[in-house]
Amino acid sequence: MNLSEEADRLQGLLKSHRHERRRHDTWLTVQIARNKDRPRTSEYIEFLIDGFEELKGDRLRADDRAVIGGLGWFDGRAVVVVGHQKGRTLDEQTRHSFGMAKPEGYRKAQRLFALAERHRLAVLTFVDTPGAYPGVAAEEGGQARAIAETMLTMARLSVPIVATLIGEGGSGGALALAVADRVLMQENAIYSVISPEGCAAILWRDAEFAPQAAEALRPTASHLLPLGIVDRVIEEPRGGAHLNPEGAARRVHDAIAEALRELEELTPRERRLLRRERFRKLGVWGGEGLLP
Amino acid sequence: MTVTVEIARRGTGPQERRWVCPKCRSDHDPAAVKENLSVCPACGFHQRIGARERIAQLADEGTFVEYWGHLRTLDPLDFVDLEPYPERVREAQGASRLTEAIVAGTATIAATPCVLAVMDFGFMGGSMGSVVGEKLWRAAAAAADEGRPLVAVASSGGARMQEGALSLMQMAKTTCAVDVVNDARVPFVAVMADPCTGGVVASFVSLADICVAEPGALLYFSGPRVISQTTREQLPADFGSAERNLVLGHLDAIVPRAELKDKVANYLRLLKGGGQLDGLERRAASRPRGGRTRRLARAASTRVAAAFKNPGSESLGGSGPAPGSSEEPPA
Ligand SMILES: [Zn+2]
Repeated sequence: MNLSEEADRLQGLLKSHRHERRRHDTWLTVQIARNKDRPRTSEYIEFLIDGFEELKGDRLRADDRAVIGGLGWFDGRAVVVVGHQKGRTLDEQTRHSFGMAKPEGYRKAQRLFALAERHRLAVLTFVDTPGAYPGVAAEEGGQARAIAETMLTMARLSVPIVATLIGEGGSGGALALAVADRVLMQENAIYSVISPEGCAAILWRDAEFAPQAAEALRPTASHLLPLGIVDRVIEEPRGGAHLNPEGAARRVHDAIAEALRELEELTPRERRLLRRERFRKLGVWGGEGLLP
Repeated sequence: MTVTVEIARRGTGPQERRWVCPKCRSDHDPAAVKENLSVCPACGFHQRIGARERIAQLADEGTFVEYWGHLRTLDPLDFVDLEPYPERVREAQGASRLTEAIVAGTATIAATPCVLAVMDFGFMGGSMGSVVGEKLWRAAAAAADEGRPLVAVASSGGARMQEGALSLMQMAKTTCAVDVVNDARVPFVAVMADPCTGGVVASFVSLADICVAEPGALLYFSGPRVISQTTREQLPADFGSAERNLVLGHLDAIVPRAELKDKVANYLRLLKGGGQLDGLERRAASRPRGGRTRRLARAASTRVAAAFKNPGSESLGGSGPAPGSSEEPPA
């Protein structure tokens, strides 16, 4: 055996080892993001917001418990807070539909965003959902339009918006609350176009390949930061936010506070145009050199 | 947001050159079906059509000029499932003779100029990745800049999994594109062709000024498979159909393909008709200000006060002349 063959063999081994390692790491992050002991939106509200007043209902037909929101004080300024709420015990999870919002939930968010705009309050959102609720009534109640209109409502706000991904950022149901000036992401949160299981079922034709799909989808903060999809990764206490919720909340607080300070320097018009510009730039394509 | 591809049914053996309708099973001369806009002459079944055929049906002959066709799909995630993403793209390009799942440019529709963007379900299930989102952005920006209406024909299984969260972001990006179009007050008409699902319906399509669908089109965000797996619900037989969506209030109209071109052109003319009001308002604004507005406001408040004193004597809603109404003829 000559030396270069041996080097090639070792290179190959190293590559497949890195591959294995990345798959393992990604899947681990997915597990942490979904850990039921992970702090939920309600806990971040407790830690970060003084004098929180929950405001319920979509003003049309229902109060979707998968989305909670209201008014409160963040570092001395009044803000509107909206977030997916998952719950922890089975009972809570059922009551909150596992954080899967129905059209009523998105319409609640819309009316709270409108409230923020009318009274010039900054908006903080917390994203933690496997995705929008997949049910017949939700579909027939206008789920698609509810998501689209929530995004458009956020795009049109002139007040500062900071979104924080704190767990699962599942598909359009998550994005609906994340058309923000700054998108912050906790170290062990995930953000993806489809769940690893769903992706595996379609592309591998077997949901058992979820770890492979998770790796391929690159849903972790370290992958999303360089793509510009998130603006900042928030470190978590060692082992994950669930082991030290207060420590996690402190870091989330600092990141939100810094983002708000930057955004408050801008005029309303600048915020809107820069937010639009932020999302316009997202995507990777080639061929620009083909035409003058 | 799933992408499924249905294999078109083809006749075999002696019937090879006949087109067999998947709905009513009648067979026809393929040329006659194409002549009939790819709609079954017997039962009216709307066959899926590609972007080029759609453009030929909608745009006035020879008016379509394609733009942004130079944008190329990349593989930012090095995505590999059972096959690497770049290979899937190459296969789709070979089979469809398109570079991506959308073709966009300028055209006139029944003599009305517009920017036209048409998705092609045959290209990776019409899925929306970075290039589709960027083309939609440019189409919207061109529409806004030039004051041309935007017409989008959507047919898509949703966001493209192979570009991961970048595809998800195209939902937000195309939503912002609608914001640009709305700001410019340029009409935006969306046509949903079978199937129209996932991230594409939950973004720009649903935000159009006018949203119509072709007969029989399937429209939904979450599909029957996901719903029955997650909630174990029994789905209605016509779940997601355009017809059911119309009854539920999610569509402005269902428009058969034969009427689509004239209908779209008509919508555009009507929405652009708002320019007349601009003219009237400009003239109103150039008149001496103050007196007339104050008079109208005083008259209205007197009526409101009277209605409170004598409930039932006059309805509050819609009473009294609005500025610019026919009580005073425009100057
Ligand atoms: Zn037929």
